[in-house]
Amino acid sequence: MSYVLLILALPLSVFVVNGLLSGNLPHRLAGWLATGSMGIATVLAWLTAYNYFFQSSSYEKIIPFRITWLRFTETLQIDMGILLDPISVMMLVVITTISLMVFLYSMGYMQGEKGFVRYFSFLSLFSFSMLGLVVATNLFQLYMFWELVGVSSYLLIGYCYDKPEAVAAAKKAFIVTRFADFGFLVGILLLSYYTGTFDFTEITNPENAAVAGMTGISFMGLSVLTWALILIFMGGAGKSAMFPLHIWLPDAMEGPTPVSALIHAATMVVAGVFLVARMFPVFSFHAPEALDAVAFIGAFTLLFAAIIACTQTDIKRILAFSTMSQIGYMMLALGVSGYGSEGLGFTASMFHLFTHAFFKALLFLGAGSIIHALHKNDIREMGNLRKHQPVTHIVFLIACLAIAGIPPFAGFFSKDEILSAAFASNPIYFGVAALAAALTAFYMFRLYFLVFWNNERTYEHTPHESPVIMLIPMIVLAIGSVFAGFIPFGNFVSSDNQPLHTHLNVTIAIISVMVALLGITVAWIFYKKESSLSEQLSNTFGALYHAAVQKFFIDELYLFITKKIIFNLISRPIAWFDKHIIDAFMDFTATVTNWVSKEIKGLQSGQLQHYAYIFLSGVLLIVLVMIFTNT
Amino acid sequence: MSLNELMIMRHEWALVAVALVLLIAEIAMPVEKKKQINGLAAALAAVVVVLGFLPAQYGSLFGGMYVTDPLRILMKNILNIGVLLIILQSVSWLRQDLYHDRSSEFYLLTFASLIGVNYMISSGHFLMFYLGLELTTIPIAALASYEQFKSKSAEAGIKLILSSAFSSAILLFGISVLYAANGNLYFESFELSSSLINTLGFIFFFSGLAFKISIVPFHLWTADVYEGSPTNVTSYLSVISKGSAIFILVIVLFTLFNSIQLLWQDVLYATSILTMTIGNLFAIRQQNLKRFLAFSSIAQAGFIMLGVINASALGMATVIYFMLVYVFSNLAAFGVIQTVGHASGKITIDDYNGLYKTNPQLSLVMMLALFSLAGIPPLAGFFGKFFLFTAVAESGFYVLLTIAVLNTVISLYYYLLVVKAMFINTNATPIAAFKSDYAMRISLVICVVGILVTGFYSPVFEYIKNLCETF
Repeated sequence: MSYVLLILALPLSVFVVNGLLSGNLPHRLAGWLATGSMGIATVLAWLTAYNYFFQSSSYEKIIPFRITWLRFTETLQIDMGILLDPISVMMLVVITTISLMVFLYSMGYMQGEKGFVRYFSFLSLFSFSMLGLVVATNLFQLYMFWELVGVSSYLLIGYCYDKPEAVAAAKKAFIVTRFADFGFLVGILLLSYYTGTFDFTEITNPENAAVAGMTGISFMGLSVLTWALILIFMGGAGKSAMFPLHIWLPDAMEGPTPVSALIHAATMVVAGVFLVARMFPVFSFHAPEALDAVAFIGAFTLLFAAIIACTQTDIKRILAFSTMSQIGYMMLALGVSGYGSEGLGFTASMFHLFTHAFFKALLFLGAGSIIHALHKNDIREMGNLRKHQPVTHIVFLIACLAIAGIPPFAGFFSKDEILSAAFASNPIYFGVAALAAALTAFYMFRLYFLVFWNNERTYEHTPHESPVIMLIPMIVLAIGSVFAGFIPFGNFVSSDNQPLHTHLNVTIAIISVMVALLGITVAWIFYKKESSLSEQLSNTFGALYHAAVQKFFIDELYLFITKKIIFNLISRPIAWFDKHIIDAFMDFTATVTNWVSKEIKGLQSGQLQHYAYIFLSGVLLIVLVMIFTNT
Repeated sequence: MSLNELMIMRHEWALVAVALVLLIAEIAMPVEKKKQINGLAAALAAVVVVLGFLPAQYGSLFGGMYVTDPLRILMKNILNIGVLLIILQSVSWLRQDLYHDRSSEFYLLTFASLIGVNYMISSGHFLMFYLGLELTTIPIAALASYEQFKSKSAEAGIKLILSSAFSSAILLFGISVLYAANGNLYFESFELSSSLINTLGFIFFFSGLAFKISIVPFHLWTADVYEGSPTNVTSYLSVISKGSAIFILVIVLFTLFNSIQLLWQDVLYATSILTMTIGNLFAIRQQNLKRFLAFSSIAQAGFIMLGVINASALGMATVIYFMLVYVFSNLAAFGVIQTVGHASGKITIDDYNGLYKTNPQLSLVMMLALFSLAGIPPLAGFFGKFFLFTAVAESGFYVLLTIAVLNTVISLYYYLLVVKAMFINTNATPIAAFKSDYAMRISLVICVVGILVTGFYSPVFEYIKNLCETF
């Protein structure tokens, strides 16, 4: 299966070629080069999946390629390689497929943009990094690609670098995730310090004595291993926009919409989920406290983001908060999961990751199609678009049904498994998840009715349906959103790589469909036609509503902490110390050096007899010193 | 003498033959064709370099007066490459009409001096060593005043010959003291006890050799001679002459004077600190680039002593590796100074302001050379310095290491001054754009390749280290 290497090599070479020749390549050629390569990579990824899942009976970890990059000790070494196991193969398929759709869509969406070639070059860099991340054989390789993904996200959010908001959003995304990655790095170092290895196969081996040994050393009430895992999860929470490290994701919507679809909905933001899944055996066997933290953060973000999403008016921000909320589901499912036959949550989480990639990418591409036609983002200025964009309308509706969890659409099946897993673990988590399911249905259909129904607005230009090249990817993803749920996911992906037979839990299914229908009905009553009901509702909730509109003031809190407290109380004194003590000391040494140099100038007189005199004195001095010191 | 025995001395034979060929050419060639001697000399130098790399016999001749082994061959080869580079850099300078009837003088004297260098490195006897040393110096003193019509050049020649006579006297005195104490001058059977008289003899001997390496306080001749001599002679002095002295110093310290290691470590400890610091402090103030490089090369000699102090195979390897890097870096810098000086007659740092605008390629070469001398990664100079510092750290001389690192900072400052002049400073009348000749370009390309390859290609150091471990 060494052709897997090609899946990574293709986007990398496109990045290099497009990047180096960005000034000289015609747009169409560069675009098709990138899209074509991604097409080949997609075919290879599906082939890999076919060979992996259907050509062998057991799902062992396979390492088709590995080189040792840096060797520190006998066991501690940084490898570069490819690790194939069910979750990485599944991710390969998701990443290449969504990438291909987004690449195709971008050919239409970005047409005529300045920097078209640069865009595709960065997009390829992202795909390469994300693929490298999921196939990493060890924590350090994963970390390196993790940062590469962060860089490509930064570059793409700031794609319109002449727009100050885009630049600010790019910086915010990079700094917040970097801050989280600091925790990640410390976690990696802690773990590798005690276990002496970065290798996943060794770390996740349940019989690894070194990992088990870490549970014996405790620090502030928790074992060192728990601390390490919580720190690693901090990195994951940053990338996956979990509370309280979520503040960058809504702003990241400044990037082009296809970028949001690929990076900030379907792939990069689930890297945190992937990370926890990758380390899952360690969490599950040795550090249940860390897993509790994952569940709690996931559940909190799930509800928190869903509430905010109900109040937003920017179409992409609604989708961004919805993404956070859905990733909360995945984290929650991982957090409540057990191992082996108890591992429903694990499978459910991966399943939801899979289906979510389709319908959330579709939602973003649909939003892109609308923005492309209207050149605005505010849903209050949209209405009755079903007349103007019939295809977009249909696929968007499919995606909304999928995310709301209406059978037989994809989201229903994965969400049902998550709710069952949560119910089996803790009724409170189940309550939160069910409430959020209702809210999800409500805010998605609020968006849907406001945009596609409601009153006709006056538009500057009559909106038109998007070109075919944008519609095709949306239709493909719509098909995925309809049918992805029928895949017997537990047969392929499970916590211990043994088939897990899952059944539709009928009670849970009925509850979840009921709450979803409730949410849709409320949205239908409020928003299908222009009405004052929604205002009355927001007035009833008053303070809560305003807080939610302002995203619960988390951004303001961060600004207060950084600008007021950290800058004033810590940074300023340090800056003063640096300027007046350290710099002054440096200046002082430079002045002294210069002065000495000037003073000894006379030594070099240019007179030969003087030189001979110094020569001889030197010899005699050395002789005298040596005689006195050595006798 | 059988053919095998002849082959043992092939470096020297080849050079003698080259010198004779040049002499005959000088006599036989008609005056109007004399310019061809330049090309001939460069070709012959290349042949010598190639011959040096052919596999050969090792052993000793003349009852132990003359010895070779793989390490000495390597040393000779390094210096031969240096001489080839210098000759390539001299070609266009000596093609001027001014020198057309005496350019062979330059080559003859250079090769004569190189013969001395080779004999000195291969010496197995103090007398042999002394002969080699004198043969190295005297032709160069003549070359220093090659531009007789310039008073500075004449001054350089006379200063070099007088101070080197003085240092030779000191060195000979040291040798005679050693002879008096031990009754023997063969290296092989030399047994040294740490008595007072041996200490005395060693210090005098060392001072004479330290003069060649320009170790403080025996360095005072350096700046005046470097400044006054023609640039190519200066590069010969700073690379070949200094390098050969360092090589022989390493050899004698590690073999002959091994028994008084503690003594010479103390001496080197003090002088290397002095050398680095004084060299750097003087280099800061220089405007004339040749004087500037003179002092910087004094400081470099101080750094090299760090490797010698280590007194093990590792230390020896770092010294030889550093010299290899130093040959390429320093000759690249001197090559640029030579070609710029030849084309425009300008030689101060201020003249170089804005050089990048008019001559970008030369400026880049100069920048690489200076960065390598300063020890900026990933250039070879960085690894050279890094290994030297490793050697010091390994011997546990942390104070010395700290001083060395501080000195690196100072050296970085003045090397960057030149880079800043070329790339950042502006100049109303910059040095006009010009094309250097092919020989010069070949030489600079070899230097740049050397600076990059010796840094990136780690087997170079491994090879040297292996040779030193079996020495």
